[in-house]
Amino acid sequence: MREAEITAPADEAAQMVLTLTVCGQLCGVPVLSVRDVLGLQSITRIPLAPSEVAGSLNLRGRIVTAIDLRPRLGLPPRSADTPAMSVVVEVGGELYSLLADGVGEVLSLDAAERAPNPPTLEEAWRQVSLGVHRLGEDLLVLLDVERLLAIMA
Amino acid sequence: MDDLLVDFLTETREGLQSLDGALLQLERSPGDRQTLSEVFRIVHTVKGTCGFLGLSRLEKVAHAAENVLGLWRDGTLAVSSAGITAILSAVDRIRTIVEGLEATGGEPEGDDSALQAMLEATAAGDAPQAAAAAPAPELPAAEAAPAEGTGAPGAPQSIRVAVDVLEDLMVLVSELVLTRNQLLQLARVEENSSFTVPLQRLSQITSDLQDGVMKTRMQPIGNAWSKLPRLVRDLSNELGKRIELEMRGAETELDRQVLELIKDPLTHMVRNSADHGLESPEQRRAAGKGETGSILLNAYHEGGHIVLEIGDDGRGLNTERIRHKVIAQGLATEAELAAMGERDIHRFIFRAGFSTAAEVTSVSGRGVGMDVVKTNIERIGGLVDLRSREGKGTIFTIKIPLTLAIAAALIVEAGGERFAIPQAGVLELVRVGDSAGPRVERIKDAAILRLRDRLLPLVSLKRLLRLEEGAPDDGATGFVVVTQVGAQLFGIVVDRVFDTEEIVVKPVAPILRHITMFSGNTILGDGSVIMILDPGGIARASGLGAEGAIEAASSGAAPGAAARTGSRTAMLLFRAGPGAPRAVPLGLVARLEDLSVERIERAGDGSVTQYRGRLMPLLSVPGVEPRGAGQRRPVLVFGDDERAMGLMVDEILDVIEETLSIDPAGERPGFLGSAVLAGKVTDILDTGFWLRQAQPDWFGRPTRERPPRVLLVEDSAFFRSLAIPAVTASGFEVLAVADGREALRLRDAGERFDIIVSDINMPGLDGHGLARAVREGGAWAGLPMIALSGQSAPEDVERGREAGFSDYVAKFDKDALIRSLRQCLQIGVSG
Repeated sequence: MREAEITAPADEAAQMVLTLTVCGQLCGVPVLSVRDVLGLQSITRIPLAPSEVAGSLNLRGRIVTAIDLRPRLGLPPRSADTPAMSVVVEVGGELYSLLADGVGEVLSLDAAERAPNPPTLEEAWRQVSLGVHRLGEDLLVLLDVERLLAIMA
Repeated sequence: MDDLLVDFLTETREGLQSLDGALLQLERSPGDRQTLSEVFRIVHTVKGTCGFLGLSRLEKVAHAAENVLGLWRDGTLAVSSAGITAILSAVDRIRTIVEGLEATGGEPEGDDSALQAMLEATAAGDAPQAAAAAPAPELPAAEAAPAEGTGAPGAPQSIRVAVDVLEDLMVLVSELVLTRNQLLQLARVEENSSFTVPLQRLSQITSDLQDGVMKTRMQPIGNAWSKLPRLVRDLSNELGKRIELEMRGAETELDRQVLELIKDPLTHMVRNSADHGLESPEQRRAAGKGETGSILLNAYHEGGHIVLEIGDDGRGLNTERIRHKVIAQGLATEAELAAMGERDIHRFIFRAGFSTAAEVTSVSGRGVGMDVVKTNIERIGGLVDLRSREGKGTIFTIKIPLTLAIAAALIVEAGGERFAIPQAGVLELVRVGDSAGPRVERIKDAAILRLRDRLLPLVSLKRLLRLEEGAPDDGATGFVVVTQVGAQLFGIVVDRVFDTEEIVVKPVAPILRHITMFSGNTILGDGSVIMILDPGGIARASGLGAEGAIEAASSGAAPGAAARTGSRTAMLLFRAGPGAPRAVPLGLVARLEDLSVERIERAGDGSVTQYRGRLMPLLSVPGVEPRGAGQRRPVLVFGDDERAMGLMVDEILDVIEETLSIDPAGERPGFLGSAVLAGKVTDILDTGFWLRQAQPDWFGRPTRERPPRVLLVEDSAFFRSLAIPAVTASGFEVLAVADGREALRLRDAGERFDIIVSDINMPGLDGHGLARAVREGGAWAGLPMIALSGQSAPEDVERGREAGFSDYVAKFDKDALIRSLRQCLQIGVSG
């Protein structure tokens, strides 16, 4: 967040966000933390890992841990015929891949227009949501990448 | 130029680069403790090192700057803009001097008194004056230096390459190997292709390239130690102490990145050992030690880790002083401390800002030591720990996982997933389940494999990792990977075994570190990610490491020799003569042989056979059936390679593990008594009796020198009667007593021994108590002590070490005991 403001001083409150969909819900992650967007990858399962951890994959010689956003956000598992898209983010020098159903465009969102989390939002979402943006007919949930990765074992 | 100086210059230049930025950051946010510590450390390192190099001008400037930084860090003085200016001037001066050093090899002439005065004023809190004195005159000689420095480069023997570059090379080489393999596969299909010859050449070059790139990453730890002898020599002069530095395992190879990262911590620790750990010659003499203190560095590989030990035979940590300091600094309350073991209290020295040195010396003692060491080591996924005994010395242990190293690994499959097992711990592979191979047997739910002369506990990887899919067919067919962790042997059951591959171990993501079954992950040649199994973690998860822990908890309730032999013992069951089967502890049997009757010859009134190039006497248990020509005779071989004795029996029946409860009633020559094994009354063989029968002088063997005297402390008469012959047969003189008190009475009576072997669980004074009593003082205080116990979980071993045992051996592992005896006697006690 702060980084975004520093690097985009001309448009001081705006933030560049990559949109993605999980179970039909539109979400966004700050573009600055995104390193890569990948299509279907072969993922190695990790036994005994938390259920949100889909496995690990090889991104040009670096090992990336894949977090499936569906179980992470308390949503039903993805059916076999919907291939996951992988959004690779970097946090604390480590690479993680967020598995989403689809990846959309990059939007510039004004922080002033961001609404706080509705109190009725489920706990799993409230923990990771920075707030909600109204985009025409859709609502976009801005996700906090670091909190997404704070998975309790 | 001196190597030491070159390294110093390189390091200092790197440190200086980050200093400017850090100082400016500090000026912006004076409360930033992390940046402040960083700045302090860099300046401290410069000061510390230049002291050894005799760079007095540099040392003075750095020392003055460090004083100011130290006050800031302790919060005694507030960080001020003027202060930052003063420090920046000092940094500039250091840079000027360093540049001069680079150009000429010596410190340039110059006067730093103005700068020093400014820093002292800052330290005293006179900020405005300091600001006024800030513009320090530049020296013409120093100004000329940079130009010369850059203009006259000596041809470097080695260059620094970013590890990233090597990592990238490594990845590229892996890709290249993969492509090469695909090409070879294609060429194999087409015979007599014109590509064959150039392809072979390509293949060769690729292999060489791979080797070369691998080599760039591995270096012997000795490289990091090369500066230490000099350091220690200088330190001993400076501190007025006599110090001897011993280095073992210098050839142990280490990933270069790890090596770089542990260099500084290592130097720090050696410096600490010399400064705080070792006493002055007078103090040592007063304590009854030799005047020369010793620092021992030891490096070795252990189960996928590299272990480094830095030990000294100095005064040890002063627990009382640490306790006071902990309370004074508010790190823990008195009540909390009271609940802590001595070791936990010692560990406070790893806390930031903690230093017990009574006075600040120019060598160390500013509390910058151990917390930096710990941070640096943990940064690369390592562990650091210490054990210390007051008056005896301190040993720091650094354990670094092979996270960055290259290892050979066996690729296996279980439940449809592939895993890598580091080959270091793998002893062999056994195919099970098909008609020819051995069968997996079960005792209730525990799967066991009968492997030659032992029973191997099995762990199903599929079940352990909860990979079971469909029918629980584990153990039906598959492979057993026989693995060793410490003294524990066990088998990991997998479905398939592929190949071995050289892998580059990478640490797992932080969110997966809690899964102790994995030591890392890696990318295979085919590009897929694979998890690396940690045999130690698997053993712990399966309860293999903690075997006997429950028995330990309950043993207090069951006193008495026979009832107390709680741990299970592997017994070899055999038939010899009519009647009940006989048994002997498997640990005492050297080998089992099956000789053809033709090989058994008569000599005098006994039988012998040619065995491993020597004549081995053969005895038979009375009543053994005669065998005709062409038949075979099973023989139990006792003894070692030098001297062996064979006992002829009728048939070898089984190996079973039982809790032994021996009944000495019905004693007959050659047998210790009987016990109920597998529901049957079984005679237990007295090995000592048969050894004496074979060679009456067995225990009085003519030796070249006085045999080492072993004191065996063991309450169970049964175990005594088994251990005495085994140990005696290996050339030791043994005296056995039944408990710790009796042992101490021998000490007070002036008996001399070379080594003590003691059971842990004993009524009265137990093994730990005995060890502590022995270490407290008296003639035996320096004797090596070996603990003998059924419990060999790491915690037990640790407890034993804390009590003062030098080694820990599982009961009934005769070979391990003999090995340990020899080892301990060879190296003596080292802390």
